[in-house]
Amino acid sequence: MGMTMTQKILAAHAGLDSVVAGQLIEANLDLVLGNDVTAPVAINEMDKIGADKVFNKDKIMLVSDHFTPNKDIKSAQNAKQIRVFANKHDITNYFELGEMGIEHCLLPEKGLCAPGELIIGADSHTCTYGAVGAFSTGVGSTDMAAGMMTGKGWFKVPEAIRFNLTGKFNKYVSGKDLILYIIGLIGVDGALYCSMEFGGEGLKNVSMDSRFTVANMAIEAGAKNGIFEVDDITLAYVNDHVKNREWTAYTPDADAVYKRVIDIDLSKLESTVAMPHLPENAKPVSEVAGIKVDQVVIGSCTNGRMEDLREAADIMRGKKVAKGVRVIVLPGTQKIVMECIQEGIFQTFIECGAVVSTPTCGPCLGGHMGVLADGELAVSTTNRNFVGRMGHVDSKVILASPAVAAATAITGVLTDPNKL
Amino acid sequence: MNFRSKVYKYGDNVDTDVIIPARYLNITNMKELSAHCMEDIDKEFIKTVKPGDIMVGEENFGCGSSREHAPAVIKESGVSCIIACTFARIFYRNALNIGLPIIECPEAAKNIKSGDDVEIDLTKGVIINHTSGQTFDIQPFPEFIQNIVNAGGLLSYIQKQD
Repeated sequence: MGMTMTQKILAAHAGLDSVVAGQLIEANLDLVLGNDVTAPVAINEMDKIGADKVFNKDKIMLVSDHFTPNKDIKSAQNAKQIRVFANKHDITNYFELGEMGIEHCLLPEKGLCAPGELIIGADSHTCTYGAVGAFSTGVGSTDMAAGMMTGKGWFKVPEAIRFNLTGKFNKYVSGKDLILYIIGLIGVDGALYCSMEFGGEGLKNVSMDSRFTVANMAIEAGAKNGIFEVDDITLAYVNDHVKNREWTAYTPDADAVYKRVIDIDLSKLESTVAMPHLPENAKPVSEVAGIKVDQVVIGSCTNGRMEDLREAADIMRGKKVAKGVRVIVLPGTQKIVMECIQEGIFQTFIECGAVVSTPTCGPCLGGHMGVLADGELAVSTTNRNFVGRMGHVDSKVILASPAVAAATAITGVLTDPNKL
Repeated sequence: MNFRSKVYKYGDNVDTDVIIPARYLNITNMKELSAHCMEDIDKEFIKTVKPGDIMVGEENFGCGSSREHAPAVIKESGVSCIIACTFARIFYRNALNIGLPIIECPEAAKNIKSGDDVEIDLTKGVIINHTSGQTFDIQPFPEFIQNIVNAGGLLSYIQKQD
């Protein structure tokens, strides 16, 4: 029986010729990721059982990004615990303030994911690296601890939903609109325990940054991972970023078995938003435009890459943020910050009346740097709009693309960028 | 393993942000953190929950973040077991990895109401709702997962392997 891309990667890492959906396997890990929320719990678990070695100091990545720059003493203690651990084990890929970034923007930028690799991370948005044709999935702190100790993880081989893309995005429509449309279509548990596999002739019209956004939000449909077929766009990116190691690109078998096949014509998609309080509450922005907003967030692990920030800046250039709206820009990494400075993008945002933050997860999870008060509404390019996600339990979040967020920043009400 | 106690019942898509809001995740001591368990959807839960009580949800329980703090604070609050129609996959493995029994049983999850007196017998593979008088069969865990649960969690299992 044919295998999906994900099944091939899992089989290869388990030393098996083939696997079938539902099979439980133990697989070798190429990288284990953790952050300042999850790694301290993993380190505590290792300490509890007296584990004092890691399997490979080059195959662990630690980034304090959620509550950094440290928002309070507790956060500082957590970041310190990771720093001490990283120093003790001489962890190669430990990134400190000044060279860090939001983990899911930073990891690919550092060349730490390649096609065919198997990556686990104690952060649910670890599924982002499927954009380069890797199998990557979010796990908890105990799995992270076990992964750091043994270099192995247990997996149940998933079925897959196949998405065949055709056509080309219209102006102001991007990967964010595609993934919000899909989650609206299949629901927040529509891909539970499944892979979401993306391919088709429309793939050539989907940029790497859009692919990262789509794969990032696979978890919001309940998926184990999101994965893109490897094409010339992937190869250009990977050859530019991945140095000094071999990797293998896997293609799905022609007779691979899928749970469901969904065809999507990209040219039919509109700018799409997800209304409170679930990512599946997707609507074309044209249907819900006009809602007054208090805050706009542009950036994050979902939409904090160059293409995202360029698109937002192009819409905002020469205009002013609406009176009474707070606009926060969250670039993904230090390198992205530097490119934004060089391209004048930060100047555009600041002249408009937005503020530019250092890379941090901060407001996305209601942590710091832009928490909402009761009754407030944010339009945000982040990935979750659950109850209380960005602050007060009576605040609300609408998820949107950088283009919709930028247009909304200018008008102060939820806005279709085509109508600006 | 056998549990019998009172039920706290919730609906679909109980997400990790309502189980334990991210604003508290600078706390890594689970006992301290558990004071905030479920507070955004049920302020009474942590004030009234007793050791051994049972939590029941419907579809996609534990969706959202990979934070292990979510099953950990539920366990720390005294809950002995969670029953749901389906669980989000990261929550599912996190719960088993920390030794918190969870059961997928749509029939039971839909039948059971808040405050019901429910008994779970993992050995016999049955859920009994003493309030409604109905019983439900449970699918056993695969052997590999059973071994993790029996060892009391993944790290203890790995230690025993070595």
